Amino acid sequence: MSTAVQTAPERHATPYAAVLRTEARLFRREPGALFWVVAFPQLLLIILGSIPSFRKPDDGLGGLRLIDLYVPVLVLIALVMIGLQTMPTVITGYRERGILRRMSTTPVKPSALLGAQFGLNGAAALVSALICLTIGRLAFDVALPRQAFGYALALLLTAAAALSLGALVTALARTAKVAQAIGTGIFFPSMFCAGLWIPVKAMPDLMAHIVVLTPFGAAASALDQAFAGAWPSWSHLGVLAGWAVVLSAAAARWFRWE
Amino acid sequence: MITSSGTPGAPVVEVSNLRKSYGGRTVVDDVSFSVGEGEIFGILGPNGAGKTTTVESIEGLRVPDSGRIRIAGLDPVADHAAVTQVLGAQLQESRLQDKLTVREALELYSAFYPNPADWRVLVERLGLTDRLDARFGKLSGGQQQRLFIALALIGNPRVVVLDELTTGLDPRARRDTWEVVEDVRARGVTVLLVTHFMEEAQRLCDRIALIDQGKITALDTPQGLISQASGSTIISFTPSAPLDDTDLATLPALASVEHKDDRLILRGTDDTVTAVLSLLARHRITAHQLRVTDATLDDAFLDLTGAHR
Repeated sequence: MSTAVQTAPERHATPYAAVLRTEARLFRREPGALFWVVAFPQLLLIILGSIPSFRKPDDGLGGLRLIDLYVPVLVLIALVMIGLQTMPTVITGYRERGILRRMSTTPVKPSALLGAQFGLNGAAALVSALICLTIGRLAFDVALPRQAFGYALALLLTAAAALSLGALVTALARTAKVAQAIGTGIFFPSMFCAGLWIPVKAMPDLMAHIVVLTPFGAAASALDQAFAGAWPSWSHLGVLAGWAVVLSAAAARWFRWE
Repeated sequence: MITSSGTPGAPVVEVSNLRKSYGGRTVVDDVSFSVGEGEIFGILGPNGAGKTTTVESIEGLRVPDSGRIRIAGLDPVADHAAVTQVLGAQLQESRLQDKLTVREALELYSAFYPNPADWRVLVERLGLTDRLDARFGKLSGGQQQRLFIALALIGNPRVVVLDELTTGLDPRARRDTWEVVEDVRARGVTVLLVTHFMEEAQRLCDRIALIDQGKITALDTPQGLISQASGSTIISFTPSAPLDDTDLATLPALASVEHKDDRLILRGTDDTVTAVLSLLARHRITAHQLRVTDATLDDAFLDLTGAHR
Protein backbone atom coordinates (compact mmCIF):
# COMPACT_ATOMS: atom_id res chain seq x y z
CA MET A 1 0.00 0.00 0.00
CA SER A 2 1.39 3.35 -0.98
CA THR A 3 0.07 4.92 2.21
CA ALA A 4 1.93 2.73 4.63
CA VAL A 5 4.61 3.91 6.90
CA GLN A 6 6.77 0.82 7.26
CA THR A 7 5.26 -1.73 9.54
CA ALA A 8 6.50 -1.77 13.10
CA PRO A 9 9.44 -4.16 13.35
CA GLU A 10 8.76 -5.71 16.75
CA ARG A 11 6.05 -8.25 17.36
CA HIS A 12 3.41 -6.88 19.59
CA ALA A 13 1.08 -7.89 22.35
CA THR A 14 -2.35 -9.29 21.62
CA PRO A 15 -5.02 -6.58 21.80
CA TYR A 16 -6.63 -7.95 24.96
CA ALA A 17 -3.35 -8.28 26.82
CA ALA A 18 -2.47 -4.73 25.77
CA VAL A 19 -5.79 -3.38 27.04
CA LEU A 20 -5.43 -5.23 30.33
CA ARG A 21 -1.85 -4.04 30.81
CA THR A 22 -2.80 -0.45 30.09
CA GLU A 23 -5.77 -0.53 32.43
CA ALA A 24 -3.62 -2.09 35.16
CA ARG A 25 -1.10 0.74 34.76
CA LEU A 26 -3.82 3.37 34.96
CA PHE A 27 -5.32 1.60 37.97
CA ARG A 28 -2.01 1.91 39.79
CA ARG A 29 -1.83 5.60 38.91
CA GLU A 30 -4.95 6.46 40.89
CA PRO A 31 -3.70 6.57 44.47
CA GLY A 32 -7.03 8.07 45.60
CA ALA A 33 -9.01 5.10 44.32
CA LEU A 34 -6.39 2.64 45.52
CA PHE A 35 -6.55 4.09 49.01
CA TRP A 36 -10.25 3.31 49.41
CA VAL A 37 -9.74 -0.20 48.13
CA VAL A 38 -6.57 -1.51 49.68
CA ALA A 39 -5.92 0.86 52.57
CA PHE A 40 -9.18 2.20 53.99
CA PRO A 41 -10.75 -1.11 55.12
CA GLN A 42 -7.40 -2.19 56.55
CA LEU A 43 -6.92 1.09 58.42
CA LEU A 44 -10.42 0.81 59.82
CA LEU A 45 -9.60 -2.71 60.95
CA ILE A 46 -6.43 -1.56 62.68
CA ILE A 47 -8.23 1.33 64.38
CA LEU A 48 -11.09 -0.86 65.59
CA GLY A 49 -8.65 -3.53 66.70
CA SER A 50 -6.76 -0.96 68.75
CA ILE A 51 -9.82 -0.24 70.88
CA PRO A 52 -9.44 -2.46 73.94
CA SER A 53 -13.17 -3.18 74.30
CA PHE A 54 -13.21 -4.63 70.77
CA ARG A 55 -10.72 -7.26 71.88
CA LYS A 56 -12.66 -8.48 74.95
CA PRO A 57 -14.64 -11.69 74.57
CA ASP A 58 -18.33 -10.93 74.94
CA ASP A 59 -20.73 -13.49 76.34
CA GLY A 60 -23.55 -11.89 74.36
CA LEU A 61 -21.66 -12.79 71.18
CA GLY A 62 -21.12 -16.37 72.24
CA GLY A 63 -17.68 -15.67 73.61
CA LEU A 64 -16.49 -13.94 70.43
CA ARG A 65 -14.88 -10.53 70.41
CA LEU A 66 -16.26 -7.58 68.40
CA ILE A 67 -13.14 -7.59 66.27
CA ASP A 68 -13.91 -11.18 65.29
CA LEU A 69 -17.21 -9.98 63.87
CA TYR A 70 -15.72 -6.96 62.15
CA VAL A 71 -13.06 -8.67 60.06
CA PRO A 72 -15.67 -10.25 57.76
CA VAL A 73 -17.57 -6.95 57.60
CA LEU A 74 -14.46 -5.05 56.52
CA VAL A 75 -13.76 -7.63 53.87
CA LEU A 76 -17.21 -6.87 52.52
CA ILE A 77 -16.64 -3.13 52.68
CA ALA A 78 -13.68 -3.48 50.35
CA LEU A 79 -15.82 -5.33 47.84
CA VAL A 80 -18.72 -2.91 48.02
CA MET A 81 -16.40 0.07 47.78
CA ILE A 82 -14.85 -1.24 44.60
CA GLY A 83 -18.12 -2.25 43.02
CA LEU A 84 -20.03 0.92 43.84
CA GLN A 85 -17.39 3.62 43.89
CA THR A 86 -14.23 2.76 42.02
CA MET A 87 -15.38 0.93 38.93
CA PRO A 88 -18.50 2.97 38.00
CA THR A 89 -16.55 6.22 38.20
CA VAL A 90 -13.86 4.91 35.88
CA ILE A 91 -16.16 3.42 33.27
CA THR A 92 -18.62 6.33 33.13
CA GLY A 93 -15.57 8.57 32.78
CA TYR A 94 -14.42 6.49 29.80
CA ARG A 95 -17.81 6.83 28.22
CA GLU A 96 -17.98 10.58 28.86
CA ARG A 97 -14.55 11.12 27.36
CA GLY A 98 -15.42 9.19 24.22
CA ILE A 99 -12.81 6.54 24.97
CA LEU A 100 -15.33 3.75 24.37
CA ARG A 101 -16.48 5.44 21.17
CA ARG A 102 -12.92 5.81 19.93
CA MET A 103 -12.33 2.12 20.53
CA SER A 104 -15.42 1.30 18.47
CA THR A 105 -13.59 2.70 15.45
CA THR A 106 -10.70 0.25 15.93
CA PRO A 107 -10.70 -3.51 15.35
CA VAL A 108 -10.97 -4.05 19.12
CA LYS A 109 -14.42 -3.80 20.65
CA PRO A 110 -14.82 -1.46 23.63
CA SER A 111 -16.21 -4.38 25.62
CA ALA A 112 -12.56 -5.43 25.98
CA LEU A 113 -12.09 -2.35 28.12
CA LEU A 114 -15.07 -3.24 30.31
CA GLY A 115 -13.77 -6.80 30.67
CA ALA A 116 -10.38 -5.51 31.77
CA GLN A 117 -12.01 -3.21 34.31
CA PHE A 118 -14.12 -6.04 35.73
CA GLY A 119 -11.10 -8.31 36.00
CA LEU A 120 -8.86 -5.71 37.60
CA ASN A 121 -11.42 -4.48 40.09
CA GLY A 122 -12.43 -8.00 40.98
CA ALA A 123 -8.80 -8.93 41.55
CA ALA A 124 -8.19 -5.79 43.63
CA ALA A 125 -11.24 -6.59 45.76
CA LEU A 126 -10.01 -10.12 46.45
CA VAL A 127 -6.51 -8.88 47.26
CA SER A 128 -8.00 -6.35 49.64
CA ALA A 129 -10.02 -9.10 51.31
CA LEU A 130 -6.92 -11.23 51.72
CA ILE A 131 -5.02 -8.34 53.30
CA CYS A 132 -7.87 -7.81 55.78
CA LEU A 133 -7.84 -11.48 56.74
CA THR A 134 -4.08 -11.47 57.11
CA ILE A 135 -4.03 -8.36 59.29
CA GLY A 136 -6.84 -9.79 61.42
CA ARG A 137 -4.94 -13.03 61.85
CA LEU A 138 -1.51 -11.57 62.54
CA ALA A 139 -2.36 -8.43 64.50
CA PHE A 140 -5.50 -9.36 66.38
CA ASP A 141 -5.45 -13.13 66.39
CA VAL A 142 -8.72 -13.37 64.50
CA ALA A 143 -9.26 -16.91 63.25
CA LEU A 144 -9.02 -17.56 59.51
CA PRO A 145 -12.16 -18.86 57.81
CA ARG A 146 -12.52 -22.46 58.86
CA GLN A 147 -14.40 -23.49 55.75
CA ALA A 148 -11.87 -22.06 53.31
CA PHE A 149 -13.50 -23.30 50.09
CA GLY A 150 -16.95 -22.20 51.13
CA TYR A 151 -15.50 -18.85 52.09
CA ALA A 152 -13.69 -18.46 48.79
CA LEU A 153 -16.86 -19.35 46.88
CA ALA A 154 -18.94 -16.87 48.87
CA LEU A 155 -16.26 -14.23 48.36
CA LEU A 156 -16.22 -14.77 44.59
CA LEU A 157 -19.99 -14.59 44.36
CA THR A 158 -19.98 -11.44 46.49
CA ALA A 159 -17.39 -9.84 44.24
CA ALA A 160 -19.52 -10.77 41.21
CA ALA A 161 -22.64 -9.26 42.80
CA ALA A 162 -20.79 -6.08 43.83
CA LEU A 163 -19.30 -5.59 40.36
CA SER A 164 -22.67 -6.27 38.70
CA LEU A 165 -24.29 -3.69 40.93
CA GLY A 166 -21.53 -1.28 39.93
CA ALA A 167 -22.10 -2.15 36.29
CA LEU A 168 -25.77 -1.31 36.64
CA VAL A 169 -24.88 2.02 38.25
CA THR A 170 -22.57 2.64 35.30
CA ALA A 171 -25.30 1.75 32.84
CA LEU A 172 -27.85 4.08 34.42
CA ALA A 173 -25.64 7.07 35.20
CA ARG A 174 -25.04 9.47 32.34
CA THR A 175 -21.94 11.04 33.81
CA ALA A 176 -19.18 10.11 36.22
CA LYS A 177 -20.56 12.62 38.74
CA VAL A 178 -23.99 11.02 38.68
CA ALA A 179 -22.40 7.57 38.97
CA GLN A 180 -20.56 8.74 42.05
CA ALA A 181 -23.74 10.14 43.56
CA ILE A 182 -25.75 6.98 42.92
CA GLY A 183 -22.86 4.86 44.15
CA THR A 184 -22.68 6.80 47.39
CA GLY A 185 -26.46 6.64 47.75
CA ILE A 186 -26.45 2.85 47.55
CA PHE A 187 -23.25 2.54 49.54
CA PHE A 188 -24.67 3.30 52.96
CA PRO A 189 -27.69 0.98 52.78
CA SER A 190 -25.33 -1.67 51.43
CA MET A 191 -22.99 -1.15 54.34
CA PHE A 192 -25.90 -1.39 56.70
CA CYS A 193 -26.93 -4.71 55.18
CA ALA A 194 -23.34 -5.89 55.31
CA GLY A 195 -23.49 -5.27 59.04
CA LEU A 196 -21.16 -2.32 59.46
CA TRP A 197 -23.34 -0.82 62.21
CA ILE A 198 -25.01 -3.93 63.60
CA PRO A 199 -23.62 -7.30 62.54
CA VAL A 200 -26.37 -9.27 60.77
CA LYS A 201 -26.21 -11.90 63.54
CA ALA A 202 -27.08 -9.23 66.12
CA MET A 203 -30.01 -7.75 64.14
CA PRO A 204 -33.62 -8.27 65.28
CA ASP A 205 -35.20 -11.27 63.54
CA LEU A 206 -37.48 -9.47 61.10
CA MET A 207 -34.74 -7.11 60.02
CA ALA A 208 -32.31 -9.98 59.58
CA HIS A 209 -34.82 -11.88 57.42
CA ILE A 210 -35.11 -8.91 55.07
CA VAL A 211 -31.42 -8.08 55.10
CA VAL A 212 -30.34 -11.57 54.05
CA LEU A 213 -32.32 -11.12 50.85
CA THR A 214 -30.17 -8.16 49.82
CA PRO A 215 -26.89 -8.94 48.08
CA PHE A 216 -24.65 -7.75 50.88
CA GLY A 217 -26.83 -9.11 53.66
CA ALA A 218 -26.69 -12.53 52.02
CA ALA A 219 -22.96 -12.06 51.49
CA ALA A 220 -22.38 -11.19 55.13
CA SER A 221 -24.32 -14.24 56.30
CA ALA A 222 -22.65 -16.63 53.87
CA LEU A 223 -19.19 -15.34 54.76
CA ASP A 224 -20.01 -15.62 58.47
CA GLN A 225 -21.10 -19.22 58.12
CA ALA A 226 -17.95 -20.17 56.24
CA PHE A 227 -15.93 -18.25 58.78
CA ALA A 228 -17.44 -20.30 61.56
CA GLY A 229 -16.60 -23.50 59.75
CA ALA A 230 -19.88 -24.47 58.12
CA TRP A 231 -20.55 -24.69 54.40
CA PRO A 232 -22.38 -21.43 53.57
CA SER A 233 -26.08 -22.07 53.18
CA TRP A 234 -27.19 -22.54 49.58
CA SER A 235 -29.98 -20.05 50.06
CA HIS A 236 -27.47 -17.27 50.76
CA LEU A 237 -25.26 -18.35 47.88
CA GLY A 238 -28.34 -18.58 45.69
CA VAL A 239 -29.43 -15.05 46.62
CA LEU A 240 -25.94 -13.78 45.78
CA ALA A 241 -25.77 -15.59 42.45
CA GLY A 242 -29.30 -14.44 41.61
CA TRP A 243 -28.42 -10.82 42.27
CA ALA A 244 -25.25 -11.13 40.21
CA VAL A 245 -27.20 -12.53 37.24
CA VAL A 246 -30.11 -10.08 37.45
CA LEU A 247 -27.92 -7.02 38.01
CA SER A 248 -25.50 -7.83 35.22
CA ALA A 249 -28.33 -8.64 32.82
CA ALA A 250 -29.94 -5.30 33.64
CA ALA A 251 -26.60 -3.55 33.18
CA ALA A 252 -26.08 -5.20 29.80
CA ARG A 253 -29.62 -4.27 28.80
CA TRP A 254 -29.29 -0.59 29.63
CA PHE A 255 -25.62 0.05 29.05
CA ARG A 256 -24.91 2.95 26.74
CA TRP A 257 -21.65 3.11 24.85
CA GLU A 258 -21.89 6.86 24.47
CA MET B 1 -24.98 14.38 -6.45
CA ILE B 2 -22.26 12.20 -7.97
CA THR B 3 -18.96 13.81 -8.65
CA SER B 4 -18.16 14.42 -12.25
CA SER B 5 -14.83 16.13 -12.27
CA GLY B 6 -11.87 16.56 -10.01
CA THR B 7 -11.98 13.09 -8.52
CA PRO B 8 -8.32 12.07 -8.52
CA GLY B 9 -8.77 8.33 -8.04
CA ALA B 10 -11.42 5.65 -7.91
CA PRO B 11 -13.99 6.37 -5.20
CA VAL B 12 -12.94 4.97 -1.85
CA VAL B 13 -15.87 6.43 0.06
CA GLU B 14 -19.32 6.27 -1.48
CA VAL B 15 -22.38 7.66 0.22
CA SER B 16 -25.74 7.55 -1.50
CA ASN B 17 -29.09 8.81 -0.29
CA LEU B 18 -28.07 8.74 3.36
CA ARG B 19 -30.86 9.59 5.76
CA LYS B 20 -30.89 9.72 9.53
CA SER B 21 -33.36 11.23 11.93
CA TYR B 22 -33.57 11.37 15.70
CA GLY B 23 -36.97 11.50 17.32
CA GLY B 24 -38.71 12.72 14.20
CA ARG B 25 -36.13 15.39 13.47
CA THR B 26 -34.31 14.76 10.21
CA VAL B 27 -30.61 15.34 10.76
CA VAL B 28 -29.23 13.96 7.52
CA ASP B 29 -31.55 14.25 4.55
CA ASP B 30 -30.66 12.42 1.35
CA VAL B 31 -26.93 13.07 1.36
CA SER B 32 -24.88 11.60 -1.49
CA PHE B 33 -21.24 12.07 -2.42
CA SER B 34 -18.19 10.07 -3.25
CA VAL B 35 -14.58 10.64 -2.36
CA GLY B 36 -11.70 9.64 -4.61
CA GLU B 37 -8.58 7.89 -3.37
CA GLY B 38 -6.01 10.46 -2.25
CA GLU B 39 -8.46 13.32 -2.05
CA ILE B 40 -8.98 15.76 0.82
CA PHE B 41 -12.74 16.02 0.90
CA GLY B 42 -14.28 18.65 3.09
CA ILE B 43 -17.66 18.54 4.76
CA LEU B 44 -18.47 22.09 5.64
CA GLY B 45 -21.49 23.54 7.30
CA PRO B 46 -22.82 25.42 10.30
CA ASN B 47 -23.10 23.72 13.70
CA GLY B 48 -25.93 21.22 13.78
CA ALA B 49 -26.02 20.83 9.99
CA GLY B 50 -25.58 17.06 10.17
CA LYS B 51 -21.86 16.87 9.41
CA THR B 52 -20.91 14.73 12.37
CA THR B 53 -23.88 12.41 11.97
CA THR B 54 -22.80 11.89 8.36
CA VAL B 55 -19.23 10.94 9.21
CA GLU B 56 -20.29 8.88 12.22
CA SER B 57 -22.43 6.85 9.84
CA ILE B 58 -19.36 6.43 7.63
CA GLU B 59 -17.38 5.27 10.67
CA GLY B 60 -20.09 2.75 11.51
CA LEU B 61 -20.89 4.43 14.84
CA ARG B 62 -24.43 5.19 13.70
CA VAL B 63 -26.84 3.07 11.75
CA PRO B 64 -28.44 5.08 8.94
CA ASP B 65 -32.22 5.00 8.57
CA SER B 66 -31.74 4.46 4.87
CA GLY B 67 -29.16 4.92 2.17
CA ARG B 68 -25.99 3.13 1.26
CA ILE B 69 -22.42 3.69 2.44
CA ARG B 70 -19.35 1.89 1.14
CA ILE B 71 -15.80 2.30 2.37
CA ALA B 72 -13.45 0.58 -0.07
CA GLY B 73 -16.48 -1.50 -1.01
CA LEU B 74 -17.34 -2.41 2.60
CA ASP B 75 -20.48 -1.63 4.58
CA PRO B 76 -19.55 0.23 7.80
CA VAL B 77 -22.23 -1.56 9.83
CA ALA B 78 -22.35 -5.06 8.36
CA ASP B 79 -18.59 -5.25 7.76
CA HIS B 80 -17.62 -3.15 10.76
CA ALA B 81 -14.58 -5.23 11.68
CA ALA B 82 -13.18 -4.99 8.15
CA VAL B 83 -13.95 -1.27 7.91
CA THR B 84 -11.97 -0.55 11.09
CA GLN B 85 -8.91 -1.88 9.22
CA VAL B 86 -9.20 0.60 6.35
CA LEU B 87 -10.63 3.63 8.12
CA GLY B 88 -9.04 5.63 10.91
CA ALA B 89 -11.01 8.20 12.84
CA GLN B 90 -10.35 11.25 14.92
CA LEU B 91 -13.57 11.90 16.77
CA GLN B 92 -15.09 15.19 17.74
CA GLU B 93 -14.84 16.02 21.45
CA SER B 94 -13.20 12.86 22.60
CA ARG B 95 -10.29 12.45 24.94
CA LEU B 96 -8.01 9.79 26.35
CA GLN B 97 -7.30 8.83 29.93
CA ASP B 98 -5.46 11.78 31.52
CA LYS B 99 -2.78 9.60 33.06
CA LEU B 100 -1.98 7.63 29.92
CA THR B 101 1.31 8.70 28.34
CA VAL B 102 1.70 9.36 24.63
CA ARG B 103 3.93 6.31 24.26
CA GLU B 104 1.49 4.05 26.08
CA ALA B 105 -1.42 5.26 23.97
CA LEU B 106 0.53 4.58 20.79
CA GLU B 107 1.64 1.14 21.94
CA LEU B 108 -1.89 0.28 22.99
CA TYR B 109 -3.49 1.31 19.72
CA SER B 110 -0.70 -0.38 17.72
CA ALA B 111 -1.64 -3.63 19.39
CA PHE B 112 -5.17 -3.30 18.00
CA TYR B 113 -4.05 -3.73 14.39
CA PRO B 114 -2.47 -6.71 12.66
CA ASN B 115 -0.07 -4.54 10.62
CA PRO B 116 0.30 -1.24 12.42
CA ALA B 117 2.40 1.65 11.21
CA ASP B 118 5.61 2.23 13.14
CA TRP B 119 4.44 4.77 15.70
CA ARG B 120 7.97 6.10 16.12
CA VAL B 121 7.88 7.32 12.53
CA LEU B 122 4.41 8.77 13.04
CA VAL B 123 5.33 10.79 16.12
CA GLU B 124 8.48 11.97 14.43
CA ARG B 125 6.41 13.31 11.54
CA LEU B 126 3.85 14.81 13.91
CA GLY B 127 6.48 16.45 16.08
CA LEU B 128 5.56 14.56 19.24
CA THR B 129 8.83 12.72 19.81
CA ASP B 130 9.83 14.86 22.78
CA ARG B 131 6.40 14.37 24.38
CA LEU B 132 6.40 10.56 24.36
CA ASP B 133 6.57 10.30 28.14
CA ALA B 134 4.12 13.10 28.79
CA ARG B 135 0.69 12.18 30.05
CA PHE B 136 -2.29 12.98 27.90
CA GLY B 137 -3.66 15.44 30.47
CA LYS B 138 -0.45 17.47 30.29
CA LEU B 139 -0.47 17.90 26.50
CA SER B 140 -1.51 21.16 24.87
CA GLY B 141 -4.62 21.17 22.71
CA GLY B 142 -2.53 21.01 19.55
CA GLN B 143 -0.45 18.13 20.85
CA GLN B 144 -3.58 16.21 21.84
CA GLN B 145 -4.97 16.66 18.33
CA ARG B 146 -1.69 15.51 16.79
CA LEU B 147 -1.78 12.43 19.00
CA PHE B 148 -5.33 11.73 17.79
CA ILE B 149 -4.12 12.04 14.21
CA ALA B 150 -1.36 9.55 15.03
CA LEU B 151 -3.91 7.16 16.55
CA ALA B 152 -6.14 7.54 13.50
CA LEU B 153 -3.19 6.69 11.23
CA ILE B 154 -1.69 3.91 13.30
CA GLY B 155 -3.60 1.14 11.55
CA ASN B 156 -2.28 2.24 8.13
CA PRO B 157 -5.79 3.20 6.98
CA ARG B 158 -6.72 4.13 3.42
CA VAL B 159 -9.19 6.73 4.67
CA VAL B 160 -8.96 8.95 7.70
CA VAL B 161 -11.86 10.97 9.08
CA LEU B 162 -10.93 14.16 10.91
CA ASP B 163 -13.89 15.71 12.70
CA GLU B 164 -13.51 19.30 13.93
CA LEU B 165 -9.79 18.77 14.11
CA THR B 166 -8.77 22.33 14.86
CA THR B 167 -11.70 23.52 16.94
CA GLY B 168 -10.36 25.04 20.12
CA LEU B 169 -6.81 25.41 18.84
CA ASP B 170 -5.00 28.72 18.71
CA PRO B 171 -4.23 30.06 15.22
CA ARG B 172 -0.64 28.88 15.34
CA ALA B 173 -1.51 25.33 16.34
CA ARG B 174 -4.26 25.35 13.72
CA ARG B 175 -1.82 26.17 10.96
CA ASP B 176 0.62 23.51 12.19
CA THR B 177 -2.20 20.98 12.14
CA TRP B 178 -3.09 21.94 8.57
CA GLU B 179 0.44 21.08 7.50
CA VAL B 180 0.05 17.71 9.15
CA VAL B 181 -3.14 17.06 7.20
CA GLU B 182 -1.43 17.98 3.93
CA ASP B 183 1.40 15.66 4.84
CA VAL B 184 -1.07 12.83 5.51
CA ARG B 185 -2.56 13.26 2.07
CA ALA B 186 0.85 13.48 0.49
CA ARG B 187 1.30 9.87 1.63
CA GLY B 188 -1.76 8.84 -0.32
CA VAL B 189 -4.26 8.63 2.53
CA THR B 190 -7.71 9.88 1.65
CA VAL B 191 -8.90 12.52 4.10
CA LEU B 192 -12.47 13.31 5.05
CA LEU B 193 -12.34 16.61 6.85
CA VAL B 194 -15.29 17.94 8.83
CA THR B 195 -15.05 21.59 9.70
CA HIS B 196 -16.96 24.78 10.17
CA PHE B 197 -13.93 26.95 9.41
CA MET B 198 -14.07 28.30 5.87
CA GLU B 199 -10.42 29.20 5.86
CA GLU B 200 -9.49 25.67 6.77
CA ALA B 201 -11.67 24.17 4.06
CA GLN B 202 -10.44 26.62 1.45
CA ARG B 203 -6.83 25.95 2.28
CA LEU B 204 -6.95 22.15 2.55
CA CYS B 205 -9.76 20.65 0.54
CA ASP B 206 -9.75 19.45 -3.04
CA ARG B 207 -13.52 19.41 -2.99
CA ILE B 208 -16.08 20.54 -0.46
CA ALA B 209 -19.62 19.45 0.23
CA LEU B 210 -21.59 22.25 1.82
CA ILE B 211 -24.14 20.81 4.21
CA ASP B 212 -26.97 22.85 5.61
CA GLN B 213 -29.94 21.48 7.55
CA GLY B 214 -29.02 17.94 6.62
CA LYS B 215 -28.82 18.51 2.88
CA ILE B 216 -25.89 19.04 0.53
CA THR B 217 -26.46 22.51 -0.87
CA ALA B 218 -23.35 22.58 -3.05
CA LEU B 219 -20.47 20.30 -3.92
CA ASP B 220 -17.46 21.62 -5.78
CA THR B 221 -13.85 22.68 -5.53
CA PRO B 222 -13.34 25.68 -3.23
CA GLN B 223 -12.77 27.88 -6.28
CA GLY B 224 -15.82 26.40 -7.97
CA LEU B 225 -17.98 27.13 -4.94
CA ILE B 226 -16.80 30.72 -4.85
CA SER B 227 -17.58 31.29 -8.49
CA GLN B 228 -20.93 29.49 -8.14
CA ALA B 229 -21.99 32.05 -5.60
CA SER B 230 -23.41 35.24 -7.02
CA GLY B 231 -21.15 38.18 -6.44
CA SER B 232 -17.96 36.17 -6.39
CA THR B 233 -15.95 39.21 -7.45
CA ILE B 234 -15.93 42.35 -5.36
CA ILE B 235 -15.14 45.72 -6.95
CA SER B 236 -14.69 48.69 -4.67
CA PHE B 237 -13.59 52.25 -5.39
CA THR B 238 -14.16 55.91 -4.54
CA PRO B 239 -15.59 57.61 -7.64
CA SER B 240 -14.41 61.17 -8.41
CA ALA B 241 -18.03 62.10 -9.21
CA PRO B 242 -21.30 60.45 -8.16
CA LEU B 243 -22.48 57.58 -10.35
CA ASP B 244 -26.10 57.25 -11.30
CA ASP B 245 -27.81 54.18 -9.81
CA THR B 246 -29.73 53.59 -13.04
CA ASP B 247 -26.40 53.36 -14.88
CA LEU B 248 -25.14 50.88 -12.32
CA ALA B 249 -28.27 48.79 -12.71
CA THR B 250 -27.37 48.11 -16.33
CA LEU B 251 -24.12 46.37 -15.34
CA PRO B 252 -24.06 42.67 -16.29
CA ALA B 253 -24.12 39.99 -13.59
CA LEU B 254 -24.35 42.57 -10.83
CA ALA B 255 -25.30 40.91 -7.54
CA SER B 256 -25.34 43.87 -5.18
CA VAL B 257 -24.52 47.55 -4.85
CA GLU B 258 -23.44 49.07 -1.58
CA HIS B 259 -22.54 52.64 -0.68
CA LYS B 260 -20.21 52.98 2.23
CA ASP B 261 -19.44 56.63 2.94
CA ASP B 262 -18.11 57.78 -0.43
CA ARG B 263 -16.98 54.30 -1.46
CA LEU B 264 -18.92 52.16 -3.85
CA ILE B 265 -18.84 48.38 -3.40
CA LEU B 266 -20.13 46.22 -6.24
CA ARG B 267 -20.46 42.44 -6.28
CA GLY B 268 -20.56 40.60 -9.54
CA THR B 269 -18.36 38.60 -11.87
CA ASP B 270 -15.42 39.29 -14.14
CA ASP B 271 -17.93 40.59 -16.69
CA THR B 272 -19.08 43.16 -14.18
CA VAL B 273 -15.52 44.39 -13.76
CA THR B 274 -15.05 45.02 -17.48
CA ALA B 275 -18.40 46.76 -17.71
CA VAL B 276 -17.68 48.99 -14.71
CA LEU B 277 -14.42 50.11 -16.23
CA SER B 278 -16.03 51.08 -19.50
CA LEU B 279 -18.90 52.80 -17.69
CA LEU B 280 -16.39 54.88 -15.74
CA ALA B 281 -14.50 55.72 -18.91
CA ARG B 282 -17.71 56.82 -20.67
CA HIS B 283 -18.56 59.21 -17.83
CA ARG B 284 -14.93 60.31 -17.42
CA ILE B 285 -15.05 59.37 -13.78
CA THR B 286 -11.86 58.33 -12.05
CA ALA B 287 -11.97 55.37 -9.69
CA HIS B 288 -9.75 56.19 -6.75
CA GLN B 289 -8.30 53.31 -4.78
CA LEU B 290 -9.84 50.76 -7.08
CA ARG B 291 -9.73 47.22 -5.65
CA VAL B 292 -10.93 44.07 -7.34
CA THR B 293 -10.93 41.03 -5.04
CA ASP B 294 -12.28 37.51 -5.15
CA ALA B 295 -14.94 36.70 -2.65
CA THR B 296 -13.82 34.22 -0.02
CA LEU B 297 -15.37 30.86 0.68
CA ASP B 298 -16.99 32.62 3.61
CA ASP B 299 -18.97 34.86 1.25
CA ALA B 300 -19.81 31.90 -0.97
CA PHE B 301 -20.93 29.88 2.02
CA LEU B 302 -23.28 32.57 3.21
CA ASP B 303 -24.67 32.97 -0.28
CA LEU B 304 -25.08 29.25 -0.94
CA THR B 305 -26.63 28.36 2.38
CA GLY B 306 -28.84 31.41 2.31
CA ALA B 307 -27.69 32.11 5.84
CA HIS B 308 -27.63 35.87 5.28
CA ARG B 309 -31.25 36.01 4.31
